[in-house]
Amino acid sequence: MSRKLTRRTFMTATAAGAAAATFKFPTPAIAQAAPFKLGLLTVKTGPLAQGGIQMEQGVLTWLKLHGNKMAGRKVEFISADTGGKPAGTKTKAQELIERDKVDVILGPLAAFELLAISDYIREHKTPTLSLAGADDITQRKPNPYFLRPSATSSQAMHVMGHYTAKEMGKKKAICIDYDFAFGYEQQGGFQAAFEKDGGCVANKLWVPLGTPDYTPYLAQMTGIDVLCQGFAGSGPLAFMKQYANIGLKFPVVTGETGGDDALLHAFGDEALGMMSTCPYTLDLDTDANKKFAQAMFKNFKVVPGFYAAGLYINCDVVEAALKASGGTTHDKEKFMAALKAVKLKDTPRGPISFDHLGNVVGNFYVRRIEKAKNPYGLKLWNKTVKTYENVSQFWTWPEKEFLAHPVYSRNYPPLKKC
Amino acid sequence: MKTRIIALLLALVALVTVPYWMPGAYYINVTSQILFYAIFALGLNILAGYGGLVSLGHAGLLGISAYAAAYLLHAGFGHPVAIIIALIAGLISMAVYAVLSLRTTGIGFIMITLALGEIIWGLAYRWISITNGDNGINVHSRPMPFGFSLASPTAFYYATLVVFLVCIVIVTIFVRSPLGAALMGTRDQPRRMNALGYHVWAIRFWACMLSGLLTAIAGVLFVYYNQFISPQAVDLTASAEALLMVISGGAGTLLGPIVGAALVVIVKSVVSGFIERWNMLLGAIFVVIVIFMPEGLVPGTARLWRLAWRQFGTSRDDDAAAPSKAGAEQ
Repeated sequence: MSRKLTRRTFMTATAAGAAAATFKFPTPAIAQAAPFKLGLLTVKTGPLAQGGIQMEQGVLTWLKLHGNKMAGRKVEFISADTGGKPAGTKTKAQELIERDKVDVILGPLAAFELLAISDYIREHKTPTLSLAGADDITQRKPNPYFLRPSATSSQAMHVMGHYTAKEMGKKKAICIDYDFAFGYEQQGGFQAAFEKDGGCVANKLWVPLGTPDYTPYLAQMTGIDVLCQGFAGSGPLAFMKQYANIGLKFPVVTGETGGDDALLHAFGDEALGMMSTCPYTLDLDTDANKKFAQAMFKNFKVVPGFYAAGLYINCDVVEAALKASGGTTHDKEKFMAALKAVKLKDTPRGPISFDHLGNVVGNFYVRRIEKAKNPYGLKLWNKTVKTYENVSQFWTWPEKEFLAHPVYSRNYPPLKKC
Repeated sequence: MKTRIIALLLALVALVTVPYWMPGAYYINVTSQILFYAIFALGLNILAGYGGLVSLGHAGLLGISAYAAAYLLHAGFGHPVAIIIALIAGLISMAVYAVLSLRTTGIGFIMITLALGEIIWGLAYRWISITNGDNGINVHSRPMPFGFSLASPTAFYYATLVVFLVCIVIVTIFVRSPLGAALMGTRDQPRRMNALGYHVWAIRFWACMLSGLLTAIAGVLFVYYNQFISPQAVDLTASAEALLMVISGGAGTLLGPIVGAALVVIVKSVVSGFIERWNMLLGAIFVVIVIFMPEGLVPGTARLWRLAWRQFGTSRDDDAAAPSKAGAEQ
């Protein structure tokens, strides 16, 4: 398997997806120092593909900006499409680990995909950095080979819940989200933080993934002063349109996926005023972020959202750990320790570090959708209104107290009478 | 006849030596997948191919066995108990399937099995206390029959191979048995069979049960291979994929479903690494098969082979009357 004339090696060789339409033969890598093998599990087909493609673009942008080198080692980048199914994720993880012998895995995208390979990556001691939710992988069932530089499903929603109660002064909310773990964990986080600060969640509505019609749910929204939605992919677009069409005017708050910067070009005026909390914001005025966002825009003609930024930051973290461990991943435990010890000041999302369970401690940005001038010619813009610094996955609760509760689920925290 | 035996022996040797000539653990794993999907497809083929009863809900049955095994293991039962109960659960649900869907044939049968499959998908998705919903159930260990650990790809491959060979033998015996012949009779001439005194419903029912047994076996292998089960494994796409295996390989033949399973698994797991639009490729392959070999890859290849013999070869007559070609499997 020394010479593979695949599209993948081609991608590695050029590390520029912009050229994806053209085909040429790569020059086979002649044995130098062994390249650093970076695997990506992403979703390029099916309903989750929007985010999955941004993930790959994030990595490719990083590689291009860094001359395809990580800590001085040449990078061989291998991208695999899981199809968004757990069995596919397992097969592709096997492909990356057993066939391609990657040093590090980035991805997968969805919580259920991550759960399907959690045992497997632990067994094979493969360091894995992902933005998938599944809170418990860094909480009650920690996986020592897993690191999450993005956020748990509930992390941004804790912030949003607090902001909604304290800064917006709202008292009574309805939550609406997808009927799966990511949704439960998002809204559980919102409810817990919102109620801690004096709010009350009147009801939580669960919608099947891919619902075309939100009308029956919208009809139930009365007697509240704020609405929290947690949709992902293209869901927020359809939801906000129908929400506005039916004439509802309650302010809408959401997490990282519901107000993703990558969706800005597709939102219309109905999204004006929507508040979202995200571990990354395109609006962040730092050199690191501008460099990243402009490179994304130049390479792929899109603005980066949470997914692209998440994977770009993953690469930052891997490089930092690689530098700290002297360019080798041979001793997996040492490398994992190096990963967890990474402290970066200047990523596109600002400074980050990790807790002992492998989850990020970093900034979260509360943004409002406005019509604002921006360098990408977008009609709408996520304007940062407040930055919360060094937010941990436990929010303001002590770790012990937080972990003593069950993981957020459909029925936890239970609804109180408002 | 002699050539067929030689071809079968060659195929067997090739299968047994897979771990020695495959270029790595990953490909051994892919071969294991092919084998248990082939068992699944063989099970579906009994209904769809030999019985003329097309089921679009078979992934649901596979799911029931897989979920049963995963749930019991999670609850702390041992492997033998989990496997046996999983097989029984698969058979019981097949019996329920059969009783409900055998009231009709043709499109009615397809729609009822489709509906039942969707019900199982819904249960897997929403009965969270048992199935853990979308998060699925993890299976932390593989069984250790006679003290051999199946944790390594090679060990698991051999276990799958043994089960696969047993299944093939069972299916071969069934197809050549009077019951198998009667089943094909009910497919082609149900009324005449009825008039001849055959109990058409009972014949179909027992065919369903054999199909259910194979599906349950595949389900157990599936869950042990992936060590994980979630609702995506039982959805409509999974059922359709199984049907695609049967039809593309050749419905109503012994080798067809195996070739079909190999085709689908290879495109899905190996080729998808090279071609981003692998779904489209699979579709295109299927269209090509339908155009040039509407009867499926195995019978189609055999037909073209015979044609070529007649055209160019010596006048060897109907040596290849049996529509099978074992070599195609590799």
